[in-house]
Amino acid sequence: MTTVIERPNIDSAPRRVVDTAQYGLAAFLVLVGGYTLYDASTLHDGFADQPVQPYAVPYVVGAVLTLLGMLLAVATWRGDVPQAEEGEDVDLTGGSDWATVAKLGGVLVLNIVLIDWLGWAITGAMLFAGCAWALGSRTPVRDVALGAALSLGTWYGFYAGLGIPIPAGILDGVL
Amino acid sequence: MDGFATALTPTNLFFAALGVLLGTAVGVLPGIGPAMTVALLLPVTYNVSPESAIIMFAGIYYGGMYGGSTTSILLNTPGESSSVITALEGNKMAKSGRAAQALATAAIGSFVAGTIGTVLLVVLAPTVADLVVQLGDPSYFAIMVLALAAVTLALGASKLRGLISLFLGLTIALVGTATGQARLTFDQPLLADGIDLVVVAVAIFAIGEALWVAAHLRRRPLDIIPVGKPWMSREDWGRSWRPWLRGTAFGFPFGALPAGGAEVPTFLSYVTERKLTKRPEEFGKGAIEGVAGPEAANNASAAGTLVPLLAIGLPTTATAGVILLALQGYGIQPGPQLFDTEPVLVWGLLASLFVANTLLLVLNLPLAPVWAKLLQIPRPYLYAGILFFASLGAYSVNFQSFDLALLLVMGVLGLAMRRFALPVLPLLVGVILGPRLEEQLTRALAISQGDVSTLWSEPVAVAVYLVLGLLLAAIAANALRRRPESLPAAMRQDAPADVMER
Repeated sequence: MTTVIERPNIDSAPRRVVDTAQYGLAAFLVLVGGYTLYDASTLHDGFADQPVQPYAVPYVVGAVLTLLGMLLAVATWRGDVPQAEEGEDVDLTGGSDWATVAKLGGVLVLNIVLIDWLGWAITGAMLFAGCAWALGSRTPVRDVALGAALSLGTWYGFYAGLGIPIPAGILDGVL
Repeated sequence: MDGFATALTPTNLFFAALGVLLGTAVGVLPGIGPAMTVALLLPVTYNVSPESAIIMFAGIYYGGMYGGSTTSILLNTPGESSSVITALEGNKMAKSGRAAQALATAAIGSFVAGTIGTVLLVVLAPTVADLVVQLGDPSYFAIMVLALAAVTLALGASKLRGLISLFLGLTIALVGTATGQARLTFDQPLLADGIDLVVVAVAIFAIGEALWVAAHLRRRPLDIIPVGKPWMSREDWGRSWRPWLRGTAFGFPFGALPAGGAEVPTFLSYVTERKLTKRPEEFGKGAIEGVAGPEAANNASAAGTLVPLLAIGLPTTATAGVILLALQGYGIQPGPQLFDTEPVLVWGLLASLFVANTLLLVLNLPLAPVWAKLLQIPRPYLYAGILFFASLGAYSVNFQSFDLALLLVMGVLGLAMRRFALPVLPLLVGVILGPRLEEQLTRALAISQGDVSTLWSEPVAVAVYLVLGLLLAAIAANALRRRPESLPAAMRQDAPADVMER
């Protein structure tokens, strides 16, 4: 309805293009829908004053999600190609750079693993510097300095300004 | 008038100014939209008074609508979906050395439209609320179903993708023990209270967007057109004022509709101006009418969006959805009772919209060159900063690394949604309205003692279902008419609109 912008005719090729990765999404939907149905089947009847049983809505949602997954698989097979989202900093002309995404994911996981032990003041700085590095910044000293300034600043800002004491982790007593 | 007493306290004035500045900045900055900003600020604001927070969010919303136009004009890359149309003529104006005039007509048009829109909001919202408050649970249930259907089916070209997104949202909303039994919690006590909506919003908007951009980061710098102080000549004024008013007339009603948004009215405004102009030859080369109309339309629609949000409790855009989350975080349920239960908040908010609008004009005309400089921020820092603040926001809710893991999982979902062109809005609305839908249904059936016919026992409910039926019929008819076309053409129509609302 709102397709008003001229867009390059990406699917002008006469051959049918199949976006194989979309089968993965379809399978994911069927999986989630199926699990929701299974989960609903484990629920008991609700209280006597509960006219809508606790499993009623999950059954409907799970069934529809499973159906949608199958429909997506059919649409994919028939040549449905998603129009990926554009943006100011998004360049869809090149391929996808999944290596950068993997690096960012690694940095985020590292933060999850370490934050309870080291505390936000340290992992936050690592998070910022690590993400900047993954995204192509090649000035590690400046990145770490910026990250440390940000994480310390937010830690003290939350503590003093907002009254939210973020756990200090290993630096407990130092900060 | 009491509202202005709330809005003009130094604290709230400060938050309104902060909101407008933040909103404009994020509107200008690539990769961040008003919805993401409000989501990122949610955890922080729980320690500020609700009035101040909501006033700031309204400032961000209005500012974001305006800031998006700056990138459209100077870069030809719209920051928000609502400014896509502005880029058509605005960037042409900038290229022919009229960037200052384009920015000026956008700023003043936004002010005019925002002010008129807010007046309409003040008049309409209490009236609508008075009507809605008399409705029973069955009617309320029907209205919510209609809103879900409209958001899912009327926006974006692919109904299938809209539905997938909606039901993913409804599935996320199931998690928890709200009904007395643990649903989809994987026996995890940490999931017993459900998935924190703040985490969902931050993940889908911030993490998903940052990862998506990381996968496709533009390696060559963008050309930025330098700009001086915005100003307009007499002739520019003469050519702008009618498009402003017409744009407002398009924008407000669409914003107020359940699936309105800003995309359709900006487009309609553009087409109208092109038809009515006395200088058709300038269109496509930088006609000021083509900037003035759509820019007024998108700000008026932002004001319109607040009618269903405040009067019914229905979010119709992503930003409105996140603002609704913020209200719920304070234990305030937007809806028809809001005007009675929280008069200070509501009238303070409405008054602050006028203040925000004026601040927007006063701040943005002189600051335009500064905003343009924001575009040069190094991208690694920008996106590293987004990931940093998203993690901080999610962590500060409960100080649990589990929330950060949830953030990452939902962020990967957000990335996949962008890769497979699943619209974000239906998911968000599904997450918000899912539990309320179930609750409303339970209440209606509890009153009727399980008699299902109660659902269509009220005239308003019947009328709403009729509208829903008409909507579905129209969509079906459209689909049938398109069927005979060749396969590639049909495929293209299946692809969703280029820019989804963030």
